[in-house]
Amino acid sequence: MSELMKLKLAEARDALRAGQITSVELTDASLKAIDASKPLNAFVHDTSEIARAQAVAADERLLAGDAPNMCGLPIGIKDLFCTNGVPTQAASAILGGFKPQYESTVTEKLFNDGAVMVGKLNMDEFAMGSSNETSVYGNAINPWKVDERDLTPGGSSGGSAAAVAAETCLAATGTDTGGSIRQPAAFTGITGIKPTYGRCSRWGIVAFASSLDQAGPVTKDVRDAAIMLEAMAGFDPKDSTSVNLPVPNFEAALTGDIRGKTIGIPKEYRVDGMPDELETLWANGTSMLRDAGAIIKDISLPHTKYALPAYYVIAPAEASSNLARYDGVRFGLRAKLDAGDGITEMYEKTRADGFGAEVKRRIMVGTYVLSAGFYDAYYNRARRVRALIKRDFERVFSDGVDAILTPSTPSSAFGLGEMAAVDPVKMYLFDVFTVTVNLAGLPGISVPAGLDSKGLPLGLQLIGRPWEESELLNTAFALEKSLNFSAKPTQWWL
Amino acid sequence: MSIDTKTAARVAKLARIKVDEADLTALAQEFTNILGFIEQLNEVNVDGIEPMTSVTPQRLFRRDDVVNDGNQQKAVLHNAPDAREGFFAVPMVVE
Repeated sequence: MSELMKLKLAEARDALRAGQITSVELTDASLKAIDASKPLNAFVHDTSEIARAQAVAADERLLAGDAPNMCGLPIGIKDLFCTNGVPTQAASAILGGFKPQYESTVTEKLFNDGAVMVGKLNMDEFAMGSSNETSVYGNAINPWKVDERDLTPGGSSGGSAAAVAAETCLAATGTDTGGSIRQPAAFTGITGIKPTYGRCSRWGIVAFASSLDQAGPVTKDVRDAAIMLEAMAGFDPKDSTSVNLPVPNFEAALTGDIRGKTIGIPKEYRVDGMPDELETLWANGTSMLRDAGAIIKDISLPHTKYALPAYYVIAPAEASSNLARYDGVRFGLRAKLDAGDGITEMYEKTRADGFGAEVKRRIMVGTYVLSAGFYDAYYNRARRVRALIKRDFERVFSDGVDAILTPSTPSSAFGLGEMAAVDPVKMYLFDVFTVTVNLAGLPGISVPAGLDSKGLPLGLQLIGRPWEESELLNTAFALEKSLNFSAKPTQWWL
Repeated sequence: MSIDTKTAARVAKLARIKVDEADLTALAQEFTNILGFIEQLNEVNVDGIEPMTSVTPQRLFRRDDVVNDGNQQKAVLHNAPDAREGFFAVPMVVE
């Protein structure tokens, strides 16, 4: 594989600006690497023609000296982002053949900055899953492999994480509703940040649970995350929950100086059955931050235990409402109808044919918790618990905590198919450390921390105060320097 | 709480998802498991706590009440499974 694909975003940007390489060369290397990575099933829609045209345009801008940070950099786009004229299916059969006639705000911002889209990426259907196993395109596969088993890259942004970890593109967009950026980043040994709710526009991103969904970058390191997040973020009048705050220069915040910052270690994140090596990595991460001059403080987030059950009321409720639009009328699939079938049969058959099992399950759970007689007992109770979870965080932040350090996931990547026989609730538990952050609307970042005894990556998560992504990225930058994680998967797919 | 097949069928109907009679027992069991997991929320004291309605403490902003888009019939109909004469076409709704 070309040496070019080993570059990070920042390095490639600098080399492009210095005229040492061109975007056409870089894009070509990426497209070749993608072609060679078919066994990973990370890329699901070919956009190579668009990529080549974007690369030529980027080289012109570079020559003219008008090159924003992302100019000329080949990135992958999660299939959840609507891309004008390019298939966008949210990995669902129900959106088969859908070609949006508009561009999502986030991809538009990236393209306006000159980023090159080298393909659309695999994911869990409608972002509902933690293993990329609910995709209509089939499983994406983790580039990390330690025995004959194929491992999950995590989910829902499994294709994004697999593609970046395999170095087939320099970075990728992801979305995170309950951990869908941070968990796959942890499973594949890379970095992923979910910004504060409202930081990135949700406009043109296929909706799952609107009060939880946020877009963010999946990258090789913290500096790249800072660069790409800045390009994705910003106020958008087309998203009524987008917040009108200036976007800081996140990269400029990366000094690595965290002296005097207070890092909270929440006792509730020490869960039963957590592997010893994860405990050790967490403890190491804590000492590293202390050695870098941070003050370590034991904290309590008492309602943590209730985050997952609250999430599994709120997210399905919002999904059942959002996914009502897939009715076989305006876009996507319409089921084959029998003589005499009316409009109700059309809805019911289309939705039965078009949605996969996990999506149907969540729509129906959501329908149930919102239905007359249960709305108060389930939905309103879950929203009250959510308020308490948010208050837990507000309390520790007002007590002077700047960031919170936790593991990203309760274990390393598992084998594809291994969770198929178990109760769906077991799969939900993989989001135990990440889901609180979505419920409270906070920024969270996962950085690779080390390998477990099997040789698979594990991640540590830092949770920041709302709107303080700069500080969060800087703390992550300091942690990353100390952790000095450099392992890469062997390229068995070549 | 245990969900029976009648409730499962009613939920499927409300969600407009066709579920075969034969699959209702398994579906009811899945609902029972998931709702069992959710029941933990009953342990929490939520007295006096308002349901969270907004993640960020801001009122949804409003745009000016003016036409800002339009004349895009072709784009709107572009992805329709069945579009005729400038309309979405569906099976007969009223006799």
